[in-house]
Amino acid sequence: MSAPNRASTDCTVGFDAERARLDFPILQRSDSERPLVFLDSAASSQKPNQVIDAISKCYREEYANIHRGVYELSARATAMFERVRETAQRFVAAAESREIVFVRNTTEAINLVASSYGRANVGPGDEVLITEMEHHSNIVPWQMLCDQVGATLRVAPIDDRGALMMDELEKLLCDRTKIVAVAHVSNALGSVNPVAEISRLAHSVGAVVVVDGAQAVPHQPVDVQALDCDFYAFSGHKIFGPSGVGVLYGRASILSQMAPYQGGGMMIKTVTFEKTTYEDIPHRFEAGTPDIAGVAGLGAAMDYLTEIGLESIARYEAELLDYATDALSKVPGLRMIGTAPNKVSVLSFVLEGVHPHDVGTILDQQGVAVRTGNHCAMPAMEHFNVPATVRASLALYNTRSDVDALVEALLEVREIFG
Amino acid sequence: MNSELRELYQSVILDHNKQPRNFREPECSNCSAAGVNPLCGDKVTVYLELKDEVIADVGFQGSGCAISTASASLMTEAIKGLPIEAAERLFDGFHAMVTSDPREEAATSELGKLSVFSGVREFPMRVKCATLAWHAMREAMHQSGETVSTE
Repeated sequence: MSAPNRASTDCTVGFDAERARLDFPILQRSDSERPLVFLDSAASSQKPNQVIDAISKCYREEYANIHRGVYELSARATAMFERVRETAQRFVAAAESREIVFVRNTTEAINLVASSYGRANVGPGDEVLITEMEHHSNIVPWQMLCDQVGATLRVAPIDDRGALMMDELEKLLCDRTKIVAVAHVSNALGSVNPVAEISRLAHSVGAVVVVDGAQAVPHQPVDVQALDCDFYAFSGHKIFGPSGVGVLYGRASILSQMAPYQGGGMMIKTVTFEKTTYEDIPHRFEAGTPDIAGVAGLGAAMDYLTEIGLESIARYEAELLDYATDALSKVPGLRMIGTAPNKVSVLSFVLEGVHPHDVGTILDQQGVAVRTGNHCAMPAMEHFNVPATVRASLALYNTRSDVDALVEALLEVREIFG
Repeated sequence: MNSELRELYQSVILDHNKQPRNFREPECSNCSAAGVNPLCGDKVTVYLELKDEVIADVGFQGSGCAISTASASLMTEAIKGLPIEAAERLFDGFHAMVTSDPREEAATSELGKLSVFSGVREFPMRVKCATLAWHAMREAMHQSGETVSTE
């Protein structure tokens, strides 16, 4: 592997990836190990000191259960927790902080909507519309819902570049459509979906729009009011925050009509053995003690991204994606899977004659970490007639020299497999 | 290329990956089983023709990485003509080899050509690839009713 030569080529206006890298201890590892070329942030991103320190600070200085104690420490923990809710509100530009529900992750957020909104509003003969590029977490909960209530799952197709076919989606919308569930950004292909346009079309037939935002929030500013979606879900661990905590945004007028997802402490007003009255939103959906320190870490992650500025991150990553796309196109026998005109951060590809799993092992030996497999998006893989791909995904801490290391390692694969 | 990689991708393995042997469904096969690794999408179906407690013929089909394809290919060569019991023993020996501690000497003496897979020990994430066809083979034998489980 060539010696890192980063600073010269990686600066774009307003954002310095080299400086950002210094915030991430795992990227600084040296000793006997090779430097880490981490190209798997779409699976889970690395954590900056700011996040690690916030979690540590929570446990060291301000930890107690929230919304319970009358003592000062509990009050401080509660205030921290609710402050992060406001941070999340600003982060996705929600109208009110009570539209922010803390969950475990995107998967739980989608299950919450499918279970609570879905079972109350989708009935026999109704339809749920998803797309062909969805992650299994935005397929299976809807399949389960449809099975339970006797509804039908419809799938809007993608074209050969991996872009959603909007005309087909429009044709599939009808008055039976109750829910439209789409990824903002495809985890397997990087395609960005026109959510605002989808919302407009879905609302015109009376359907609500659920957006899996897990792959979008690390890369671009999100404004749920501009997108006009009804639900928006994302995970902490993909935006440089901890795993085990995520966010569900829900439009207040809809959330407040929804029944609780889980029962337990914190989500009630009064309990007798005859009847329980439930808390208002968002607490109604937050049964049990949450991941308090995780929320502290999530808050720090959102602050971190806001401070750098997602606009400049988006500009930087767009340039890096162009560089990477160009560099990979020069690797003999490489076929890019997912070439939608509007895409971010993901380079999914196959190498002729070499299975992605073998590519992954050889890359790993060069210190290059990529994901190989179906990326929890088997139907999307099927569309491209491949069992799996190699996926290199970019984040704000990646640089051109990471891309160069990837290309070099791929040439090594070619050498081994001929 | 580092030495672990060279151990893993030996020329025999690369050759069997490129030109898998017995890549077919034998005409007289009387039992089969599929192995799937959802993690990487590898799929392999192993077909056996069992006659008088002996593997008279064997073939496989499917798609997978070099390790799983070569492993299936070399397995078919190794077990063709073997009594069921001997194939079971070979399964145990192969399994022990690819899962043994890399710091210890691998017992490869009885495995012959199959010992090219000893390098898999260094790559715990790839053990499933190397053993996929073997598990399918054993399941096919167990399903056939011609054999009893040795477990």
